[in-house]
Amino acid sequence: MTSMKTILETPATLPPDNSAAGMSSHRSLLRVIVAKFLQNKLAVIGLICLVLIIFSALFAPWLAQHDPNFQNLRLRLAPPSADNWLGTDHLGRDLFSRILFAGRVSLFVGFSAMLGAVTIGTALGAIAGYYGGRVDAVIMRLVDVVISFPNIFLLIALVAIFQPTLDKLIMVFALLSWTGTARLVRGEFLSLKQREFVLAARTLGMSPARIIFSQILPNAMGPIIVAATLAVGAFILAESALSFLGLGVQPPTATWGNMLTSAQGVRIFREAWWYPTFPGLMIFITVLSFNFVGDGLRDALDPKVLER
Amino acid sequence: MVSYLIRRSLSMIPILIGISVISFSIMYLAPGKPAVMNLDPTISAEARSRQLSALGLDDPAPIQYIKWLGAALKGDFGVSYIRKRPVSKMITERLPATLLLMGSSLFLASIIAIPMGILSAHKQYTPLDYGITTGSFLGIAVPDFWLGLMLIMLFSVNLGWTPVGGIATLGGDFSVLDRLHHLILPTIVLATGSMAALTRYTRSSMLEVLHQDYIRTARAKGFRESKVVMKHGFRNGLIPVITLFGLLLPTLVGGSVIVEKLFSWPGLGLLFIDATFQRDYPVIMALVMLGAVLTVIGNLVADLLYAMVDPRIEY
Repeated sequence: MTSMKTILETPATLPPDNSAAGMSSHRSLLRVIVAKFLQNKLAVIGLICLVLIIFSALFAPWLAQHDPNFQNLRLRLAPPSADNWLGTDHLGRDLFSRILFAGRVSLFVGFSAMLGAVTIGTALGAIAGYYGGRVDAVIMRLVDVVISFPNIFLLIALVAIFQPTLDKLIMVFALLSWTGTARLVRGEFLSLKQREFVLAARTLGMSPARIIFSQILPNAMGPIIVAATLAVGAFILAESALSFLGLGVQPPTATWGNMLTSAQGVRIFREAWWYPTFPGLMIFITVLSFNFVGDGLRDALDPKVLER
Repeated sequence: MVSYLIRRSLSMIPILIGISVISFSIMYLAPGKPAVMNLDPTISAEARSRQLSALGLDDPAPIQYIKWLGAALKGDFGVSYIRKRPVSKMITERLPATLLLMGSSLFLASIIAIPMGILSAHKQYTPLDYGITTGSFLGIAVPDFWLGLMLIMLFSVNLGWTPVGGIATLGGDFSVLDRLHHLILPTIVLATGSMAALTRYTRSSMLEVLHQDYIRTARAKGFRESKVVMKHGFRNGLIPVITLFGLLLPTLVGGSVIVEKLFSWPGLGLLFIDATFQRDYPVIMALVMLGAVLTVIGNLVADLLYAMVDPRIEY
C-alpha cells in the first residue's frame, strides 16, 4: 500500500498527467498502441476502406458524375460503363452517384446513433458502477428489460407505428442499444473505483462528478472506443435492414438499404445483376471494415497485451 | 442447484413485467387509436362511445393494461383487426413453419461451425485458421437480406436450382423432398450469422482449453492427437459453447423476420411484417411479447445448462 504522502504528492490527474515525464510516457503508450494496431493486417485494411468510404461520402457532391436523383428513363438498368461506372437503376439513375450520396445518410445514422447509445450507456454505466447499491440495482434491472427485446422486433414495431423521421429513427436506435455499453462501463468502474488514484482524488475532496469524468472515465476509454467502433457497423446494418423492408429511411432519400428495396424481381435478377449487387456490397464492406478496425483496436488497447 | 433454479426463475418476473408494460405502451401510445379506426365512421357520437366502452377502450390505461395482461396470461391476445381471427390461433398456425426454419438453421450452423471452430483452434496461426477466422468475420458482417437477394438471383432465378420462395410448390402435394427444396436457401441465409458467431466462440473456447495443463498431460501420456483434442479438449471446450445456443435464440428470432419476408416463408416473421404494415396491433403486441419472452427463456436455459454441465460452478 502506498503511503499517504505519496498519494498526496501524486498529481490528481493520473494517468495521463501533465508533467513532462507523464507526457512522454503517454506518447510512448500511444506509439505502442499504434504499432500494435498496424501489425494487424485486417485492421489496417479495414481502416483504409473506412477512410475511403467516409471520404467519398463527405465529398460526394464533387465525386459524383451525375445528379443522384436524376431519372434518365432512356437509360433504365444500363450496365456498368465509362459514363455510369456501376450501371443505372430501374429509373435510369446513376448507381455510383446514388451510392455515394446514400453513404452520407447511412454513415450519419450509424455515427449519430452510436454517439447517442454510447453517451447514454456510459452515463448510466458510470453512475451504476460508481455509486453501486440501490442505484446500481435499478439501472441494471432496466438493462435486463431493454436487453430482453429482440432488437429488430421492437425496432420494426416502433418504426412501423410511429413512422419516425431520420432524427427520431436515430433516437430509437440509441434508446434501444445503450445496454451493452452500460454493462461494460459499469464493470470498468467497479474495478477502477477501488484503485489508489480514485482514493487519492476522494481524499483531496474532489466531487463525485469530477472523479467520474476526469479520473475514472479516461481510464475506461479503451473498451468504450472498441464498443463504439463495433456499434457504428451494427447500426448501419440495422438501418439498412429496416430501410430495405421499407420501414426505415424513406425514398427519395437514398440509403444503401432502401436502394435494395426496388432492386428485386425476376427481370432485374436476370438482366441487371449490378443493381442489387453494389449497394449491398457497400453495406457489407463498410460493416466489415468497422468490425476489423474494432477488433484491431481491442487487441491494441488491451493492457494485458501491452504489458508483455 | 434447486434453489439456484428457483432464484434464477424468480428473477425473470420483474423483467417479464417490464416487457409487458413496454409492449402495452406501444399500442396505447400509438397514434390514431387503432381500434377506433375499425369503427363505422358514419355512426353517431353516442353510438361510437357506446362501442368504445364495449371494447373497453375508454378505460384508463392501467385498467386496460391489467385486462390485456390477464387475458394474455391465459393465452388470449385478442382478435386481429385485419383478419378478425383470434391472434393466438394465427400464431399457433404459423409457429411450425418458423420452428422448422429456425431448427434447420441451428442444425446447419452447429454441424459446420463447431468442427470449424475446433479445427481453427487446433491449427492456430496456420493459413487454415486465418481462413476460418476471416470467414467468420465475413459471416457476421454480411447483411442477411443482401445475402438472400444474391442467392435468389444466382440460384433461383439464373440457375433455376431452387424455388424463388414459399414453403411448398403451389398446387403440389406435400413431400419431404419438396419441403427441403424450399428450405435450402432460407436456412443458409438464416444460419450464416449464427454460424459465424458459433465458429468464433468455439475457437476461443477451445483455445483456452488446449492450453491447459491436463491437455499437456494427455499428450505426454502419448495419446493420439485426435483423442487429446476431441476427448480431453472438446468435452471441456464445449461447456461455454452450450450457453451460446440460448443466446443465439434472439438472433434467430430477429433474423427470421427478414428471411421469412425475403423468401415469403409463411411463419411468424412474415406474419409480424404483414401486421406492422397493416397496423394490426393485437398481432404486433403478441409477437413482440413472444419474442421478448423467448429471449428471456433463452437466457435462462443458457444459464441453467451452464450450471448443469459444469460441476465446478457453485451457487
